[in-house]
Amino acid sequence: MKTVKVTGSILLAIAVAAIAGPWLSPNDYVTTNFNAILSNPSIDGARWFGTDDLGRDLFVRTMLGIRVTLAVAIVASIVSLVIGVTYGAIAGYVGGRVDAVMMRFVDTLYALPFIFFVILLMVVFERNFLLIFVAIGAINWLDMARIVRGQTLSLREREFVEAARLTGVSTARIVFRHIAPNLIGIVVVYITLTIPQAILFESFLSFLGLGVQEPQTSLGTLVDAGVGHMERASWTLLIPASLLAVILLCFNFMGDGLRDYFDARHGQ
Amino acid sequence: MNAIRILALVISFALVAGCGGKDDVSEPVRTLQRALPADPETLDVQVARSTQAADVQRDIGEGLFTYSTDNEVVPAAAERFEMSEDGLTYTFYLREALRWSNGDPVTAEHFVAGMRRLVDPATAAFNAGMLIDLENAEGIISGDIPVSMLGVEAVDERTLVLRLVRPTAYLTGILTHPSTFPVHTPSLTEHGDDHAKPGRLVSNGAYRLDAWIPGSLIALKRNEHYWNNEATAIDAVNWHVIVQASAELNRYRAGELDITSTVPSDSFAQVRDEFGDQLHVGPFLAVYYLGFNLTKPPFEDNRALRRALSMAIDREGLTDKVTARGETPAYSWVPPGISGYEPVEMGFAALGKEERDQLARRLYKEAGYSEDNPLEIEVRYNTSDTNRRIIVAVQSMWREVLGFEATLVNEEFQVLMDNMRAAEITQVFRSSWVGDYTDPHTFLYVLQSDNAQNMPRYRNADFDDFMARAGAQTDPKQRKLLLEEAERIMLADYPVIPLYFFVTRHLVHPDVEGWGDNPLDYHYSQHLSFKAAE
Amino acid sequence: MLRYTLLRILGAIPTLLLVIALAFLMVHAAPGGPFDAERRLPPEVEANIAAKYHLDEPLPKQFARYLGGLLQGDLGPSYRYRDRTVSELIGSAFPNSLRIGALAILFALLVGISSGTYAALRQGTLTDRFVMGLSMTGISIPVFVIAPVLVLLFAVKLQWLPAGWTSTESVSRYVLPVITLALPQIAYIARLTRASMIDVLGRDFVRTARAQGLGTLRVVRVHALKPALLPVLSYMGPAIAGIITGSVVVEEIFGISGVGQQFVRGALNRDYTLVLGVVVFYATLIVAFNLIVDILYAVIDPRVRYR
Repeated sequence: MKTVKVTGSILLAIAVAAIAGPWLSPNDYVTTNFNAILSNPSIDGARWFGTDDLGRDLFVRTMLGIRVTLAVAIVASIVSLVIGVTYGAIAGYVGGRVDAVMMRFVDTLYALPFIFFVILLMVVFERNFLLIFVAIGAINWLDMARIVRGQTLSLREREFVEAARLTGVSTARIVFRHIAPNLIGIVVVYITLTIPQAILFESFLSFLGLGVQEPQTSLGTLVDAGVGHMERASWTLLIPASLLAVILLCFNFMGDGLRDYFDARHGQ
Repeated sequence: MNAIRILALVISFALVAGCGGKDDVSEPVRTLQRALPADPETLDVQVARSTQAADVQRDIGEGLFTYSTDNEVVPAAAERFEMSEDGLTYTFYLREALRWSNGDPVTAEHFVAGMRRLVDPATAAFNAGMLIDLENAEGIISGDIPVSMLGVEAVDERTLVLRLVRPTAYLTGILTHPSTFPVHTPSLTEHGDDHAKPGRLVSNGAYRLDAWIPGSLIALKRNEHYWNNEATAIDAVNWHVIVQASAELNRYRAGELDITSTVPSDSFAQVRDEFGDQLHVGPFLAVYYLGFNLTKPPFEDNRALRRALSMAIDREGLTDKVTARGETPAYSWVPPGISGYEPVEMGFAALGKEERDQLARRLYKEAGYSEDNPLEIEVRYNTSDTNRRIIVAVQSMWREVLGFEATLVNEEFQVLMDNMRAAEITQVFRSSWVGDYTDPHTFLYVLQSDNAQNMPRYRNADFDDFMARAGAQTDPKQRKLLLEEAERIMLADYPVIPLYFFVTRHLVHPDVEGWGDNPLDYHYSQHLSFKAAE
Repeated sequence: MLRYTLLRILGAIPTLLLVIALAFLMVHAAPGGPFDAERRLPPEVEANIAAKYHLDEPLPKQFARYLGGLLQGDLGPSYRYRDRTVSELIGSAFPNSLRIGALAILFALLVGISSGTYAALRQGTLTDRFVMGLSMTGISIPVFVIAPVLVLLFAVKLQWLPAGWTSTESVSRYVLPVITLALPQIAYIARLTRASMIDVLGRDFVRTARAQGLGTLRVVRVHALKPALLPVLSYMGPAIAGIITGSVVVEEIFGISGVGQQFVRGALNRDYTLVLGVVVFYATLIVAFNLIVDILYAVIDPRVRYR
């Protein structure tokens, strides 16, 4: 639980900084300054993270990038959560042939070279936030569906569900009143693990130049821009890259810690 | 069995399968090492369309005309030519000792075959339009008239006649283009469309194709049968395919390249400091512009608004600070550097920045916009780092001067092309135009009402009229004056915002002699030589 | 065993068909055709080209034509590189991808298994925590962050290694791409190995062997390694998929002319047949690899055979 607390507070601090940071800075994220292109981080003019290749303030842009990255990741995870939980719960609860077919479909999807499809998707259609959510959600729900299905399968056989069924409670009611609450633990664990995947994915797309539109930005977009200037201005790469790494690490450690915690509780 | 062992076995198989070594041939004489930004799609002269294919084709093939080291169009396979009084019939006399790389003589028939093949619908050539001024070319391309009716004829082995439908002042320039090169008919008959594959390709230039390792290297050797073989100084040329500009720079640094195809824009300043004289920057015959969609509001019938948007952009700021690679700010549509032509500048070019901004604000108000009622537009551009920086800079200039926030939409190149063509959802779009020959016509014809490349859908009867009159004019001086007038009329309508003219950027090894920067960026290997060893 | 193999092969066919159909639909839904260029062609020329490549036929017919070719092992001509077939293009790029990918897997297995085992033997100690923390870092940090940072450090600042793909055969040009590609896989493999090694080390037969006084290394090598590596073996399928995905980024960053780079450029150029060819090729590779792993698994662990 210690890991969870530590990583949780780091994430919270980053999120607060991302939301409040821009207010502390006198700069904004759109104003260009052609006389201060790729300038060093400095206290002068509150250029704490320096400027980018158009003289825009990188501190404010990085904070904005964190916001966008986190927002995309959270919404995309919710999308995948909804699909995954519904799919998995149905397969697990109905069972039998339906379950077999549904899980076979999931297996098939696992074998697809998804990344290629997503690149195609982003290249082919006009890109917008919605599409990014769909793309990420479409990939991330598979794990969730598998886990929820397994959990439901075992819950279904438990006495209290059996009892509810015998007393004539409707299927929907059983699913929502008896099964769903028991899934929460595992779902919470897995959402902390799907969020970093979604972040990874969003930044991967941004890195390929398929992300959000200018002047909006995300951590992936900032890393991509930083790669181009790393010889002249290494901080443009190192700052967003390390922030991205820290955020991902925290989520992963938190997920791990939560899993251990729930496992331990479960074992008792 | 041990799982690890099985895995190791699988992997070592994979490794062995993957390790087909390619042999690097070392030569006693120095080979010229040049770079191509991409693998040519083919070296078939009539079929190819990319600039990188043309670069190699100019080394291994030759047309009736070519560009000299001074960048003038000069006779090549043709020794001389005559033009009829009305400018509609050209007679070309071929050189005596023209030979293919296999020793066969090059005849007028081979040029006829090449040109016919270019317009033949069965070839489906991209550059078929090159010969659009030839008699019946249009009908042949659309499949209405048989290919044999093309206005080209071999009178005898060494005499070729071209018949045109309109006087074409830049015809000799067109005849330098690889798509008009001759084709070795015996190979074509034997192998059909596959005749240009490595090992079969018979060509007529200063070099011949020796080897082609896809995605990596095109090796050329001196063509001993070339009519001007004595003038060729370098025996062998290696064209290395290097996709990334940064990789190219690294290889130049490592001494593996004598000439680069470009310089990465990110490290331009650094390269200038590091290499000094080895960096060659020259004007390139191309314009970077923003176009308006003139078929839809808000830009349809709103000259004041278009003018305001054009005027509010600080072009010097763009080229000095944002691109910063030696580009020229553009106040005209036709780039400077075409001999005998004075590009016409837009009216506000003479004003200072302050005056421009004030005038722009006034025009913006006149057009019906203000702070409370700001203009809402989308600017579309295709994904690339340079475009991103330029468009974001333009957006911020508009914000500062006129106070509106343009929405930026970056799209895949092909998506943008589609949108530009449909002219439905586009409002402002970024594009560029690269000239094919050193004549203002190659830029101005783009904006004629009926031209397929006219992306803004600009229509002005006066402009079209002047273009038509220039087309019918055989006197070069008069023609240039008419073209200048046409450009003046067009610029006054502000259908486009020219931002800057491109530059060519190369790193050239100090040992290489004969290099000349030119606006078409053609650099024939046969014009180059190595400094004699001390 | 034969029955099992055959069933698995049959089961792979619908997956592949689905992949091909999806990819086919997507490339054809893309705005802009393969023959569009900066300048527009006269409509007549456009029509001539479309006819030549059968792009004027209805989609189902084009799809049938494509499948027909595929059955004969023909991936079709490239639309962009008119002298080449897709097979030739992939064939010329694949050796680069394969060498880097295979080296990365090999490297990942070596380092991953040894560090995982090491951590398992020192379970709970500081070393264990350190190794696991490091591997978490490896999983968390994306390839496109690691790659440029490594380039910045080792190529730009220290100048020990080349930044990009050099033309001459040298070991140094493989170092950065291979490490970049291998890092996340090392991390996964180390975690997998550690978990299953701890599990195996706790089992009776290992305890017995240890009680008999066998040295730790010997116990691991003779008794524990094989059962502990089963999860790693079944991870090989996803590992290959991960390497292929990673190669798209690594090839872009290091400028390696491999299949991943071809795919990205093909998608941008609308080279339909090339894009389709790469998808089909890689999907087949992944499916085939999963198949091999499953069969190997059945060979090693008889319990799964007739599942």
